[in-house]
Amino acid sequence: MTVASVLRGRAWKFGDNVDTDQIIPAKYAIYSLDEKKLGEHALEGVPDNQGWAQRVSQGDIVVGGSNFGCGSSREIAPIAIRGAGISCVIAGSYARIFFRNAINLGYPILQSPQASEAIEQGDELEVDLEEGVVRNLTRGDEYQAEPFPQFMADLMKTGGLVPWVRKRLAERAATAGGHG
Amino acid sequence: MPAMTMTEKILARASGREQVRPGDLVLAKIDFAMGHDLTIPPSGKIMREQMGAEKVWDPKRVAVVQDHFQPAKDAASATLGRLTREFARDMGIKWYFEVGQGGICHTVLPEKGLVLPGELVVGADSHSCTYGALNNFATGIGSTDLACVLALGELWFRVPETLKFVYHNRLSEWVESKDLILHVIGRIGVDGARSKAMEHTGEALTHIDMEGRLTMTNMAIEAGAKNGIMGYDEVTAEYLQGRAQRPYEPVASDPDAGYEKVFEIDAEQVPITLARPMSPDNTAPLEEVAGTRLDQVFIGSCTNSRITDLRRAATVLEGRHVAPWVRLIITPSSHEVATMAEREGLIGTFLRAGAAWTTETCGACLGGHQGVLGEGEVCLSTTNRNFPGRMGDPKALVYLSNPVVAAASAVAGEIVHPKEVLKERVPA
Repeated sequence: MTVASVLRGRAWKFGDNVDTDQIIPAKYAIYSLDEKKLGEHALEGVPDNQGWAQRVSQGDIVVGGSNFGCGSSREIAPIAIRGAGISCVIAGSYARIFFRNAINLGYPILQSPQASEAIEQGDELEVDLEEGVVRNLTRGDEYQAEPFPQFMADLMKTGGLVPWVRKRLAERAATAGGHG
Repeated sequence: MPAMTMTEKILARASGREQVRPGDLVLAKIDFAMGHDLTIPPSGKIMREQMGAEKVWDPKRVAVVQDHFQPAKDAASATLGRLTREFARDMGIKWYFEVGQGGICHTVLPEKGLVLPGELVVGADSHSCTYGALNNFATGIGSTDLACVLALGELWFRVPETLKFVYHNRLSEWVESKDLILHVIGRIGVDGARSKAMEHTGEALTHIDMEGRLTMTNMAIEAGAKNGIMGYDEVTAEYLQGRAQRPYEPVASDPDAGYEKVFEIDAEQVPITLARPMSPDNTAPLEEVAGTRLDQVFIGSCTNSRITDLRRAATVLEGRHVAPWVRLIITPSSHEVATMAEREGLIGTFLRAGAAWTTETCGACLGGHQGVLGEGEVCLSTTNRNFPGRMGDPKALVYLSNPVVAAASAVAGEIVHPKEVLKERVPA
């Protein structure tokens, strides 16, 4: 699945070290194969944040602090956020497995300590994924996201790891066929 | 040959390069991969339905373990267990561990000799970094990652910078490897090693047995690390004797390898250390939290529920009894551990002490079953992380400790130094 290159939505602000148990409590892992159901419980493990997903409008943006998504390897963390209708995540920094999972899913994430710091709850944002720029329409600010290594940026842009593996499998089959 | 750390050497070998440097992106061949009942169902589906792969690259190099919500805690978990079982059967997975024959993946894989020195190991579980105590590069991955590995036997990695931890002298009496790693996490923070390798070295390690070492590498992820790794020595060799399922080649860091930072730690000065709610880096010496009243004590998980952990807990519980109003739940981390505990009479000790002994499972550690916490409850746990909601309600309070402190505190009903409990004479 490829993503529109300009996204627009309201900011939902979270703190540092939001871990995967807060993003999607383990008990909902029973819904691992149901993105919509996971989305209904996204970020509900953050203290005093029950019912959050019901207040989200399609396209809204999650803004986290540093080390966003630390903790478990559960890929249902980015999937739950996507399932809640969030168009992308901006954070000061990411824990590595959450980071990998988002890229492998082709789900847009941006890393910008400046944006993470400056954006306030409810700010209207416009994100240009191509340029890596976050525009804060409420405050008239603009923040540049840190560029990712080319391979990762390409994976994110081309829909993640699934198409990459398909291509690789096809190459292998062709090589095997060619020599066979 | 250019100087490299052991992490770099493994990634270089696996990606067919003479040298790699931190920051390099490599495509590396996987030596062993693992998935469990929460990660195999999505991975299997992605591999077959989305990637279009019909079979696993090498069924002899894959383990599938029923551990997280198994024995099934509810009907939905039973479905995940079934999908996991069917995938393993359809793919002819050699290392399939059914309920009652395996246990927690991170205990089972080392004890069955499936993760070996010099290897590149991935697991669809964040605590897969555990295996690094056996001198390999091991890291946790997501479900799409695992699907890629199952289909191709390879995966992309960013070569991490390495942080070196040198532990001088040796740990004091009562202080365990759990205290040491909690001390380190408290010092560097839950993102102190974010995406980096933690290489543990030094004299203190030579006095720590393999199970204690696995406790340390297990918690690398709690500092945000990509992997935790240790050198190969007599302890490693002895542990692998008669277990290793494949020939292996140990790796060592070059003396002039490049480290991002070196931490020198005097192990002798490290006190008994606990993590307070709600983060593993919120650490404190025992004295600062002693007296905290407890509702539940949990001895379990891939961190601290191997046989040596249970033996030490039993030394405190022998002839004593858990305090009124406190529940002590003991969950062995594998079937082999449970079998040894039975043979050695530990289970009897625990039962007489008023502990609840459960089957081997991840269970309460991740708020699954057999010890989930409610709002406002206070738990002392031998597990690895205590972020809000980890063991149940987001407003439950979880402290982390070593198993001896946990056992003693269950007897006292509050967090206590084990020597306080041991000095009370056992009633005849």
